[in-house]
Amino acid sequence: MTGHIDSVKTYTTVWIALLILTAVTTTVAYVDLGPLNVVVALTIAAVKMLLVTLFFMHVRHSTKLTKLVISGATLWLAILIVLTLADYISRGWL
Amino acid sequence: MVSEPHVETLALREQFDTAAQQKDASSLGMWIFLVTEVMFFGGMFLAYTVYRNMYPAVFGAASRSLNATLGAINTAVLLCSSFTMVLAVRAGQLGRRKVVIIFLVLTLILGMVFLGVKAFEWNEKFQEHHVPGPAFHLEGTPQQGEAQLFFSLYFAMTGLHALHMVIGAGLLALLIYQTYKGRFSAAYYTPIDMIGLYWHFVDIVWIYLFPLLYLIDRHGVKP
Repeated sequence: MTGHIDSVKTYTTVWIALLILTAVTTTVAYVDLGPLNVVVALTIAAVKMLLVTLFFMHVRHSTKLTKLVISGATLWLAILIVLTLADYISRGWL
Repeated sequence: MVSEPHVETLALREQFDTAAQQKDASSLGMWIFLVTEVMFFGGMFLAYTVYRNMYPAVFGAASRSLNATLGAINTAVLLCSSFTMVLAVRAGQLGRRKVVIIFLVLTLILGMVFLGVKAFEWNEKFQEHHVPGPAFHLEGTPQQGEAQLFFSLYFAMTGLHALHMVIGAGLLALLIYQTYKGRFSAAYYTPIDMIGLYWHFVDIVWIYLFPLLYLIDRHGVKP
């Protein structure tokens, strides 16, 4: 990010959205959605994470190289989680 | 490209061609550090997921014993601190020293509020005998060992997160001092920006800790 200054309005909007999402995720947790509760909680967390990284951490103004590094991190984390769970979850199938 | 020799300043060190290049290099370096942090916390999140999947009933019961209201309040406090942090960075971009100090102090205060609430919650755990050890007892489940596993992970994850907050608070205090001394300007505010990235990262860790520890199973596993 070189010399890109976002407006206070943008930041305020993102901040309010984050607070609303926190209220939503807390409220929805008390509604019984069965297995969907986990999905909803993690989806809202992912949206919040995207808002923080793109706006507060200025990733949308970052260089391509920085974006590549972040994508790489996400991919590696996904490998860590998906492959480990693929092992643990499938153990009972035999 | 052969660069002209230039006078060395904080914003433009000798080894860089332009201030923008130096800024991008700092930013990339900070992100690479944060990537190592992602993998560090990622391992703990994975351990938590694996054990939660193995013992869903007792992990649900243990999770329900946590105070979700305090967790939600702390999430809001941390999001507010990220907001004040980003405003401090913005003031840094504009070179407004006083505004930077005001927002950094606000961020520090909100960080302290978070740690205060966290300390209160931990204290509750000691009083309720929810701390793993000989005195441990979680009501309503025969699986005390598995329940201790939940609380071991709870204390390891929230403890490591709190340690990052304490380090962040120290860095904020340093920034406030340096800003007060006039070290930064609109041409050079990289440390404010980088510590901002760190602060937001710690916020993101909590964004995941809150639903995973407090919220996922609020009404019991279906038989």
